Amino acid sequence: MKLDTTGLESFPTLLAPQNDVVGDLSAAPSFDLPNSNDFDGFLKEAIQMVKPAKGTTTLAFIFKEGVMVAADSRASMGGYISSQSVKKIIEINPYMLGTMAGGAADCQFWHRNLGIKCRLHELANKRRISVTGASKLLANILYSYRGMGLSVGTMIAGWDETGPGLYYVDSEGGRLKGTRFSVGSGSPYAYGVLDSGYRYDLSVEEAAELARRAIYHATFRDGASGGVASVYYVGPNGWKKLSGDDVGELHYHYYPVTPSTVEQEMVEATGA
Amino acid sequence: MTKQHANWSPYDNNGGSCVAIAGADYCVIAADTRMSTGYNILTRDYSKISQLTDKSVMASSGFQADVKALQKVLSARHLIYQHQHNKQMSCPAMAQLLSNTLYYKRFFPYYAFNVLGGLDNEGKGCVFTYDAVGSYERVGYSAQGSGSTLIMPFLDNQLKSPSPLLLPAKDAVTPLSETEAVDLVKTVFASATERDIYTGDKLEIVILNASGIRREYMDLRRD
Repeated sequence: MKLDTTGLESFPTLLAPQNDVVGDLSAAPSFDLPNSNDFDGFLKEAIQMVKPAKGTTTLAFIFKEGVMVAADSRASMGGYISSQSVKKIIEINPYMLGTMAGGAADCQFWHRNLGIKCRLHELANKRRISVTGASKLLANILYSYRGMGLSVGTMIAGWDETGPGLYYVDSEGGRLKGTRFSVGSGSPYAYGVLDSGYRYDLSVEEAAELARRAIYHATFRDGASGGVASVYYVGPNGWKKLSGDDVGELHYHYYPVTPSTVEQEMVEATGA
Repeated sequence: MTKQHANWSPYDNNGGSCVAIAGADYCVIAADTRMSTGYNILTRDYSKISQLTDKSVMASSGFQADVKALQKVLSARHLIYQHQHNKQMSCPAMAQLLSNTLYYKRFFPYYAFNVLGGLDNEGKGCVFTYDAVGSYERVGYSAQGSGSTLIMPFLDNQLKSPSPLLLPAKDAVTPLSETEAVDLVKTVFASATERDIYTGDKLEIVILNASGIRREYMDLRRD
């Protein structure tokens, strides 16, 4: 099967002809495939071994002032928390963000690749790529690997000439334009808070607080989400990170402990 | 008739644990030297640590044949880089190279769980932790391998550094001194050896700082 390997091209080969010293290692790399009759079965076992980090909560929504993007930072491998500080909001370029849900390596690698492609587009066309274009590039690559076991559930958020843009792209090859999305195991909880508090004419602070609360509530109820709730804002001048709060601390910020009145206090017994 | 499945797997797990801790101006990378297969010990004296550049050292547990292949690919790529750029790769650059190298085998992964430790361009310690297919992040400390679930909670307790995602940002390196960090590593492996059958025999510690590289060894339980 012919795979789309444009994502793997190493650029030295485009600039200079291959010579003997560099040889094979600098050739356009291709994905090694195992010599197996049962590719599907092999992949199933390999995925079990790899166990990509899946549990997550990410969300993004468009409002009057631009796009608000938020995510948690927990990575879990089965029941083990492999990290509490994963960057799930990936900075593709200064005016576009991508969110990570599904396989951590898949999201990181293909977002990095998308950033490279966007930069090449800028150099070739002397103008920035649109959010529509960037999301289409990613969706086409993921579609060509459909069925191979990639796990990517991402949102591309940005600001281009047509204003704020938000697309949902996944590894099944789906690509949806929309104004409100949440992706991950904690998304039902986030949707509950997000949908009930959403208005188009929120201010930046109100929208940030809504996003933060939605992530917090998802981390509260979903065991696979947690860590730090990051909130980013994408405006006409690009993205800006607004806040990063530990959700454990956010809990006591939203629900402070009121000291209850003590009727009788225990006193330490003296001696025997 | 039920489908015949292959009884042969290209993978094996040789066990072992690896740890790395980043300090303000040093980095400690350590791994045990036991190599096993199933319940058998193949050797008590196998190094899981590989020095990739003057400033980066990688420790890998998992399937050592894949680890050896991975080390060869990285050394070769580093040599080409040195020829083309007339300098060594920095630790963050090597970190990304390792990530890409792992991802190129996304559909037939290297069964290798790596930690990369070294000094960044400012001389501060840095540790990068990976999964088998290349997702990576810079952290203050990390443990990988069969003893990682025993070691990580203890390191969290002793070294818990504030998440780099917090805003306003807080530094991710541990406030420990170099000798304290080495002692911590020794303690951690002694404990992991007690409760993990695949960890033991001998501990190899590599310390990277501004004056260069230093190695220390410590005996662990051989049972």
